[in-house]
Amino acid sequence: MEGIPYTVERHPETGVFNAKLGVWLFLASEVMLFGALFSTYILLRVGALEWPHGSSILNVPIGTFNTMVLITSSVTVVMAWASLKMKNLNKYKLFMGLTILLALTFLVVKAFEYGAKFEHHNFPSKSTFLAIYFTLTGLHGLHVLGGIVVNSYFWGPGARMWQTDPERFTNRIEVAGLYWHFVDLVWIFLFPVLYLL
Amino acid sequence: MSHSAQHDHPHQEPQLSFWRKYIFATDHKVIGLQYGISGLLFLFFGFCLMMLMRWQLAYPGQPLPVIGKLFGETNMPGGVMLPEFYNQLGAMHGTIMVFLGIVPIVVGAFGNFIVPLQIGAPDMAFPKLNMASYWFFFAGGVIMLISFFVPGGAASSGWTSYTPLADIATTGQTMWILGMVCLINSSLLGAVNFIATIIQLRAKGMTFMRLPFFVWAELITAFLLLLAFPPLEAAGVLQLMDRVAHTSFFLPSGLVVSGEPLNISGGGSPLLWQHLFWFLAHPEVYVLILPAMGMITEVIANNIRKPIWGYKAMVYSIIFLGFLSFIVWAHHMYLTNMGTVISAFFQATTMIISIPSVVILTALFLSLWGASMRFPTTMLFALAFLPMFGIGGLTGLPLGLSMSDIHLHDTYYVIAHFHYIVAPGTIFAIFAAIYHWFPKVTGRKMNELLGKIHFWPSLICMNMIFIPMFIQGMAGVSRRLYDGGAGYAHAQGVLHWNVFISHAAWTLALAQIPFIINIFWSMYKGEKVNENPWGATTLEWATPNPPPHGNFAQLPEVFRGPYEYSVPGAQKDFTPQYQKEL
Repeated sequence: MEGIPYTVERHPETGVFNAKLGVWLFLASEVMLFGALFSTYILLRVGALEWPHGSSILNVPIGTFNTMVLITSSVTVVMAWASLKMKNLNKYKLFMGLTILLALTFLVVKAFEYGAKFEHHNFPSKSTFLAIYFTLTGLHGLHVLGGIVVNSYFWGPGARMWQTDPERFTNRIEVAGLYWHFVDLVWIFLFPVLYLL
Repeated sequence: MSHSAQHDHPHQEPQLSFWRKYIFATDHKVIGLQYGISGLLFLFFGFCLMMLMRWQLAYPGQPLPVIGKLFGETNMPGGVMLPEFYNQLGAMHGTIMVFLGIVPIVVGAFGNFIVPLQIGAPDMAFPKLNMASYWFFFAGGVIMLISFFVPGGAASSGWTSYTPLADIATTGQTMWILGMVCLINSSLLGAVNFIATIIQLRAKGMTFMRLPFFVWAELITAFLLLLAFPPLEAAGVLQLMDRVAHTSFFLPSGLVVSGEPLNISGGGSPLLWQHLFWFLAHPEVYVLILPAMGMITEVIANNIRKPIWGYKAMVYSIIFLGFLSFIVWAHHMYLTNMGTVISAFFQATTMIISIPSVVILTALFLSLWGASMRFPTTMLFALAFLPMFGIGGLTGLPLGLSMSDIHLHDTYYVIAHFHYIVAPGTIFAIFAAIYHWFPKVTGRKMNELLGKIHFWPSLICMNMIFIPMFIQGMAGVSRRLYDGGAGYAHAQGVLHWNVFISHAAWTLALAQIPFIINIFWSMYKGEKVNENPWGATTLEWATPNPPPHGNFAQLPEVFRGPYEYSVPGAQKDFTPQYQKEL
């Protein structure tokens, strides 16, 4: 939209451009969303007569592998943004492509994990632990999927903006990257809570 | 007078197709109108649901004349309302009024239309997000309406959807959750947009302490929406899992329904739902009232022709209100088994939160002192807001203390209390705002005679509806009874009020006819006015009627506070914010 100030340049008082403030606000609301779910986990677990140790039901090595995958993708998404800062579109495409591939790897592994649970008739309705496990990881999976859609758009058709407005495009990757870090961060809380405790 | 902010020529109106201009619009003013029109229609729809309920309460078991048979054999066989249908009406009246009526009007409509104008911005910070926000809201509304036609009808577990009742309810409850998820997403996108707009896009010189109070109210409201709604979204996801994937988040072990033990894993907590729900729903109360306070402050400041008394105190109070509204939620839950220690904590916070509300109300009352007031219809509604909100607020205190709440909980007293805040409170503020800003949208004033015919009967009927409810509530009549209390011995002495209240409610509906006529008549035949017909100081009155795309031909600069009326030595009795010299 023409005419709206601070879409690209920083606001002199707040030090950020509009979208960066916007995404931080959005992430604040996401913290409240997952915060409510983690509170639910704590309340249900404190009130439960018995609670299984996560590793007795879930596969810790696979979870660890997925954690590494997501952490790596957090690095590559920063590299993608840094490449744009260094005006190197090809390197950006490489690193953003890697980020998307890593995210897809995460989801595929997660799908196999879900499949293994279903094979042993470990459905959400079986116990409160499985219920909260599927709800938390499912909602996180949806966030990963959302990230893949956004990042793929910026990797493919959205990258045309590099020709017309490179600075704004770089900002967009920064904002998308902030969201992606948040998705990783949620998993870094989810993994120990569900798999290790 | 400086003309830097005023322009006669709309700045390059872009050629947009009908669809881009009016349907998938990104202009904040068009989106504001979309919200306003949809919100008013939902408000009317929710009102109709209530009028149906009032028939059953006044004349339990008697067939509803003329239109009764239209509702079909499943809902009203022979025109007599079934209890299941009554419960649907109750749940959907609450849901529609709060989430599809009031919030879209006070935040979506007036927030969208007025806030960017008042801070001197060309549009919202994220126009496309703004459009997405409206269409999420629209989808949520459509889902709620469709839910009346699924097997078993709409949600019937109250607007609070308490579990385990809601977990085992019919399909309508699933629709309710899906609708709510859409509405929550709409509010989140809207809240992000409002905060970013108010922080980033203020015109040069528009410091925070020069913001009109309405902008402050919308800013705090946006923070409440941003941070309070996600826990309800989480709760909605959990309830959806309970209903669809048969988990037991809110279902305790050993639950028996209709004599049959439920085949569930159990271990869940019904109290958890109440905590998550009220964590949203108490801040939501302030979402309903804060923008209303903002609106009437604008109207009152303009019509007393002198500065608002204690503007800074009001600003600090509203910030404090916003913070505190996050830690009072469990005063809705004194009758659960959460314990006396927790009750004591929430009693204390609840008493504390009444202080900033009283500060704001007192500042507005004191502002009236010694003013030479004008009394257009907008001012009448704004003035009526003050005592009506006062009654609503003060009658809330006995509900905030667990001792007296044990008697009053879930009676008609509660209904009367919060309706005093939302109906003659917020809805009167909405009327005031419509009469006040109508010239900015259409370029014409609304008719004053019709306005007064609208105001006085509305004020009288509102009180005739809700004062008897206090009497019924103190007698102990429960609010959820399908027969209005006819089956209870202790209710017999106050039953006759049911007929009185219902007739007052239907008369209130008649009193809205002059308002509806007024809107349509004034759009075409109203008195044509210039860009600042009320002699107001804030920036929205510096643009043409209606403001063109982009609002200001060049962004205005602000030199003074929002309410500089009757400044000594000034040429006129108002000194606009964009005016440099007196």
